[in-house]
Amino acid sequence: MVAAQLRSQAQYRTSFAIDVVGSVLFGVLDIASVLVLFRVVPTLGGFGFAEVFLMAALAVTAFAAADLAVGNVERLRVYVRSGLLDAVLVRPLGVLVQLTALDIAPRRVGRLVFGIAMVVIAVGHAHVRLTPHSVALLVITPVAGAAIFGAVFVATATVAFWWIESGEIANGLTYGGLNFTQHPITIYGEALRRLFAYAVGFAFVAYYPTLRLLDRADPLGGPVFLAYAGPLVAGVATAVAALLWRIGVRHYRSTGS
Amino acid sequence: MAIGPRMIRAYLALAAAGFRRYATYRQATFAAAATNSVFGFLRCAVVFAVVDAGARIVAGYDRAQLATFVWVGQGLIGTVLIWAPPDFADRIRSGDVVTDLLRPVDPVWHLLAIDLGRAAHSMATRFVIPIAVGALFFRLQTPRRPGTYVFFALSLLMATIVCFGCRFLVNAAAYWLLDARGPHIGWTLASGFLGGLYFPLWFFPDAAAAALIVGTPFPSIIQLPLDVLVERGSPADQLVLLTIQASWVVIMLALCRFVQRRGEEKLVVQGG
Repeated sequence: MVAAQLRSQAQYRTSFAIDVVGSVLFGVLDIASVLVLFRVVPTLGGFGFAEVFLMAALAVTAFAAADLAVGNVERLRVYVRSGLLDAVLVRPLGVLVQLTALDIAPRRVGRLVFGIAMVVIAVGHAHVRLTPHSVALLVITPVAGAAIFGAVFVATATVAFWWIESGEIANGLTYGGLNFTQHPITIYGEALRRLFAYAVGFAFVAYYPTLRLLDRADPLGGPVFLAYAGPLVAGVATAVAALLWRIGVRHYRSTGS
Repeated sequence: MAIGPRMIRAYLALAAAGFRRYATYRQATFAAAATNSVFGFLRCAVVFAVVDAGARIVAGYDRAQLATFVWVGQGLIGTVLIWAPPDFADRIRSGDVVTDLLRPVDPVWHLLAIDLGRAAHSMATRFVIPIAVGALFFRLQTPRRPGTYVFFALSLLMATIVCFGCRFLVNAAAYWLLDARGPHIGWTLASGFLGGLYFPLWFFPDAAAAALIVGTPFPSIIQLPLDVLVERGSPADQLVLLTIQASWVVIMLALCRFVQRRGEEKLVVQGG
């Protein structure tokens, strides 16, 4: 199915090229926003440009990877609404696998490649000492971050099983999550930080690993090992998302149109 | 085109239909306003971090002005409707647009009337909900000069028309491209980043901000109404901003009419 999608999309070369360029530009704007903020201030939430740049680059990479892999799940509400989900359910394949393959978007690879390039530049700019330890952390972090974002994509999409007219409400956590993780969590108020950083786990996408990579203590007093908690958080988030998904699919009653 | 009382009645009826159409999507409207509010909290945290890190005034805004800028900006998203589904482009691609062309009203005015009706509906929902949420948690600035209310109302109306014009042109690209996704992506990128939604354009170097405001329609949609509302500058400055917006209203509507005429000549309805 993925191969068929890739072949069909490759038929429209110009459209595909435009999509890839657009995808890269979305990544460019993510990073440019940080540059603009640092044009007017020297520090943000107690962090300098090099530090926030690295956080933003890690966040964009993690988000882009998740968006590429499972971003299409946000179309679930369209499928539920139109009844197309019934067709998906009767096929002898996993529902989630089908949904993500149904309209896979290789064009989104642009943002991912750009994000990885930015991580490389940010690492150089912030003078991260390259040891086997820091390199391992740099590889694990975006993977764990992508899993966290992926879990958020899936978990928020399941809202459509219960609430068909939910519109773009999931965006608050998916795209909002990207917005959140691009900045140090010190800038957010207590309530927002509890919800996004700890409950959802967004602090582990970029914030804690960046502190460790740059040998900085957490101004909020978090212990050092939190830098390595990403995979664990990603595991829990994935499990919760999978559970919600299963409950959602069971709960699903066709719109019957 | 003759504008007689009958035409005006027809456009008013279309506007009323636009209003009623959106009044039926109550849950989706609420969901959208809730999403806008979540982003209000996130964006507000960022601009406050900027104020806290720098002087008390950043790029000409104080804390209350920035909070107002962010929260009213979140309300504006739904009023001017930056992100609308490409309905008209789909009609061009499918050929349904022929029905629109057969009607005795001009397609541009027809769609504008519906859009203004929609915007009127959003004033009571998507506009006020984020602002109410913002006012509940933050100190927002109410206008100090009574005239600002009038200026802002005018500015909001013009912002809606300019935004409509931009969306119409993006959709009308389908007359030539069939797949208007490229222009659509470009619009999504430009409207947020160059329009002042993600942060005030005055965070850019002054010359760049001024060039964008005068030379592109995007700031007329978000940045200018908000600058008028938070009273950045004197009443004379507000009038300058309104004049820029008015110029863009004229330019965009003229462009829409021109593009629509050329598009009709170009239109090939695919048989099937």
